[in-house]
Amino acid sequence: MPEAAASPFHSRLKHQYETLAQQHHADTLGMWLFLATEVLFFGGVITAYVLYRAAYSTAFQHASLTLDIVSGTLMTVVLLGSSLTMAMAVHAAQLGHRRALAVFLILTIVLGLAFLGIKGNEYYHKWEDHHIPGPGFVWSGTDGRAAQLFLYFYFVLTGLHAVHMIIGVAIMGMLLVQTALGRVRNYVVEMSGLYWHFVDIVWIFLFPLLYLVDRHK
Amino acid sequence: MGASIEPLVERTTNYLNAEHSVKSWLLTTDHKRIALLYLVSITLMFALGGVFAMLIRIELITPQGDLLSSDSYNRAFSMHGIIMIFFFLVPSIPATLGNFLVPMMVGARDLAFPRINLLSWYLYITAAAVMLYVMVTGGVDTGWTFYAPFSSLFSNGRVTLTVVAVFIAGFSSILTGLNFIVTIHTMRAPGMTWGRLPLFLWAHYATAVIMVLATPVLAIAMLMLGLEHVFHIGIFDPALGGDPILFQHLFWFYSHPAVYIMILPGMGVVSELIACFSRKRIFGYSFVAFASLAIAILSFLVWGHHMFVSGQSVYAGLVFSILSFLVAVPSAIKVFNWTATMYKGSISFDTPMLYALGFIGLFTMGGLTGVMLATLGVDVHVHDTYFVIAHFHYIMVGGAVMAYMGGLHFWWPKISGHMYPEIWGRISATIIFLGFNLTFFPQFIAGYLGMPRRYHAYPPEFQVYNVLSSAGASILAVGYLMPLIYFFWSIRYGLRAPDNPWAATGLEWKTASPPPTENFEYPPVVLEEAYHYSDEEAPIA
Amino acid sequence: MMWPLTPALPLELWPLAATPAGREMDALFLVELAISVFMVLLIFGTIFLFAIKYRRRSPLERPRPIRGGLALETTWSVIPLLVFLGFFFWGAKIYFANAAPPKDAMQIYVIGKQWMWYVQHPTGQREINELHVPAGRDVQLIITSQDVIHSFFIPAFRIKKDAVPGMYSTEWFHATAPGSYHLFCAQYCGTSHSGMIGTVVVLKEADYQQWLAGGRGESMAVAGGKLYQKYGCDNCHGRICPTLARLYMQERPLSDGRIVRADEAYLRESILDPGAKVIAGYPNVMPSFRGVLSELEVLQLIAYIRSLGTPALAGEGEGIGAGQGTGTAAGIAAPDARTQQGNQNAYPPDSNPHTMQGERSSEVQKREGGEVRDKQ
Repeated sequence: MPEAAASPFHSRLKHQYETLAQQHHADTLGMWLFLATEVLFFGGVITAYVLYRAAYSTAFQHASLTLDIVSGTLMTVVLLGSSLTMAMAVHAAQLGHRRALAVFLILTIVLGLAFLGIKGNEYYHKWEDHHIPGPGFVWSGTDGRAAQLFLYFYFVLTGLHAVHMIIGVAIMGMLLVQTALGRVRNYVVEMSGLYWHFVDIVWIFLFPLLYLVDRHK
Repeated sequence: MGASIEPLVERTTNYLNAEHSVKSWLLTTDHKRIALLYLVSITLMFALGGVFAMLIRIELITPQGDLLSSDSYNRAFSMHGIIMIFFFLVPSIPATLGNFLVPMMVGARDLAFPRINLLSWYLYITAAAVMLYVMVTGGVDTGWTFYAPFSSLFSNGRVTLTVVAVFIAGFSSILTGLNFIVTIHTMRAPGMTWGRLPLFLWAHYATAVIMVLATPVLAIAMLMLGLEHVFHIGIFDPALGGDPILFQHLFWFYSHPAVYIMILPGMGVVSELIACFSRKRIFGYSFVAFASLAIAILSFLVWGHHMFVSGQSVYAGLVFSILSFLVAVPSAIKVFNWTATMYKGSISFDTPMLYALGFIGLFTMGGLTGVMLATLGVDVHVHDTYFVIAHFHYIMVGGAVMAYMGGLHFWWPKISGHMYPEIWGRISATIIFLGFNLTFFPQFIAGYLGMPRRYHAYPPEFQVYNVLSSAGASILAVGYLMPLIYFFWSIRYGLRAPDNPWAATGLEWKTASPPPTENFEYPPVVLEEAYHYSDEEAPIA
Repeated sequence: MMWPLTPALPLELWPLAATPAGREMDALFLVELAISVFMVLLIFGTIFLFAIKYRRRSPLERPRPIRGGLALETTWSVIPLLVFLGFFFWGAKIYFANAAPPKDAMQIYVIGKQWMWYVQHPTGQREINELHVPAGRDVQLIITSQDVIHSFFIPAFRIKKDAVPGMYSTEWFHATAPGSYHLFCAQYCGTSHSGMIGTVVVLKEADYQQWLAGGRGESMAVAGGKLYQKYGCDNCHGRICPTLARLYMQERPLSDGRIVRADEAYLRESILDPGAKVIAGYPNVMPSFRGVLSELEVLQLIAYIRSLGTPALAGEGEGIGAGQGTGTAAGIAAPDARTQQGNQNAYPPDSNPHTMQGERSSEVQKREGGEVRDKQ
């Protein structure tokens, strides 16, 4: 179906910009800068984690073994899959295929929720095992203090990541609603895609750092 | 100097009177109105921080702790530092003058993301509200540096809420920086190449880079400190396997670049003022521009100079020391270039110029004492003494605040459409300069003699210097009150300001005072360099 | 609290420097001050001159632009940089000297706690908020904290070091002038931070001996020996666990292949967190004494272990290197209590302690039927 110039998928020119090209350039640069702040944000915690990992390598290895590698791998696969569906959604948006866009957005949301579900299940098991750092922490071994530090980083890192995922799923939900109402802008889908891929990449770092500590030994 | 002439044609609509409702102010996306919202909020926070300063200085008139209890005094200096740094200095020039001028100086209608700009102000207000709540419910006594394990395990102040407030304020800062970078990159008017940018913009660009990259690490440090305070996991507690010095590294990784967030915009303002009031282009324009970038980059590499006696390795100390000397060089380059700008210029001594000259002098003194602090051997003696306090107040108050005052006066006609009373401007600038030196110079001496920081009571031999300092503080307070009064006065009774009262170059002076909401009647085109004072077409006073 | 300790001047402008190192630091500072004053006068003066000479005489003036040059910019960048490098090297020299106590320095232990300084001499004297030292001798302070970070600051000696909980830091001085000097806590530590002050008393040697003679408690090593017995340490050590004889400053192989040196920080960690570093070939069975022993008792045990001798240390480097015995994040928070100490009670060192250790460990391994693990 031919689309009119001011129709869906094409951004509206905001008043502060002269051309759409300028607006898109600004939006893209803004999103990349925001992602740079996220790199520094996660980077700070990861740096602290790496330092403690170096200081307590044995204890961290023991504690890492209590994480469920199956869940972790599953989450990684699910998230990578969601990045694929996200990329397909962006592609569909660029081509103006509304139905395909909706389908891929739904798939992305489902996979994102699946990730969060698995993570929630993991947290639940950790709570059952009394491995949540704090007053109720119980550890069967002599290196309990260091193990508690590992689990602290586990919860902070995956928790921050999960918050970002929840925000991502919410954004996808809003995009889905906009698509259904015929009001989605393809550029917004692209920017959201960037965010989604970034959250995925953070997980690609977290998975080996947390789950694969000296597992081969 | 700007003579006031009644206009031949009344342009009735400007950004101030375009709409009058409260909603039009609180839900505005106009960068100029947001700048004014910030101006009001940070002035209030400055006043609050100043009240705590007065409490400190009054207490320190006598060697004994008699006015305040120890705990109250500890809360007073902590609140003073937290408010002044996170709620006044970090936003000050960028959020007020920067928000107002960055779009105008690049020739745009607004910033790249106007709604994010408004969000940034609301984040600031939220953080300030939390801080006010902290203040009325007991305050916090950790110092603005929040060192662990005191702040995580031993303090019984409102630590968690304070770190929440600082966390939120950090995001306000990040969004402002993000907006500036994107605006300067993508929204320059035709003909405005990087080489034609006013140095104010170079300075804000460098500042924005620091805001965007350093502030997230502060957010993490605050988050981890808050979690530690609530859950006592042990990340900063040695008894549980943690490391208190890790907190210092995370904290200073942000807080050292943060001090450059506080000074770089001031340097940008000073470049504009010196050029205008010498009626000459800035000497060594590209050197000053690149010096801003060099300062921004190097600022990330020197944080350990706050930790020379912390027990970190001596080799780390060596590296941080030499890099700290290195970061002083671009600042020196700027001072020399500003001075050289005045050579064979045409110099007038309006109030903004007085502030700019005061900046150069006081910043030079503060910077040279910074070089002393970078010297490993010397720092061992003066670390954590009043010498350090004097050093950073010379830079922040003698430098940043004076630049802020100079910029406010310079752009006041553009912002408000009225001239401030010049005589009172010069008088208050002089009072501020004298009061400042009397307040902080004796602190160098007290510090070298050994008076430590954050002391509620002190040995009697330090009293003379403390009395001098407190006397200076009261003069300084008078100096700051005067502009508050006459700026308000000028809105009602000040002379009408023409478009370009100072005959300055710069796109912001080519439009009305105050400007229309869309900034320019026609999109500007830039055909000459930034400080084209010598061109035939340069404005004449 | 004793207040007026410095000579009664009507207005004190310059603090007394009671050590040669302090006087050198003053010299460096004065050079920096002189150059700073010169620069400030130069800038102020130039601006003043320009302001007068080039003041605006007519609103129609249009100054010609002056083109800068790379030459000028380079000159006024390179000259300050060279001056700064000079400051850096001199300051670094002083700093390094400050961080490397002489081998035969007299050692005194300092424990900071909210809000007092606890000073313990090895010979048994204890002081609170006071430190008596002899003039003309090198004195090294080994400093830690029991709670939050404090800082042991003696302005007259121009030295300062943070007292950090969980690690030992060190500073040293050589006081030449007898007198009483201020002692301050210089790291904000809570309510009575400004009350955590005291006096450093430098006595002439004869007076110092006299002071030592009065009120002597038992030496730290003896007290440590009593603790060793009390807590049953010799039930394991010397039997199924490594002997502590000649342990101090020995290089030890760990179960994960690393080699550590048994300095104060390592000994402290082994007492409070024994599982962090397990010697190769030995089981991880030692209980932790965290919460059982105070910081002072830990120091006494360390003094006792030191009194059991050190191995031969031919060809070792100076006392600055990466800390090894830390219970904290490695690399950044390395303590600097890693200096080589002469020990007054050293037994004659064995010729090759490493062989002995290796033999013993493989002996133990064979006894227990495990594999002998090579050290890297």
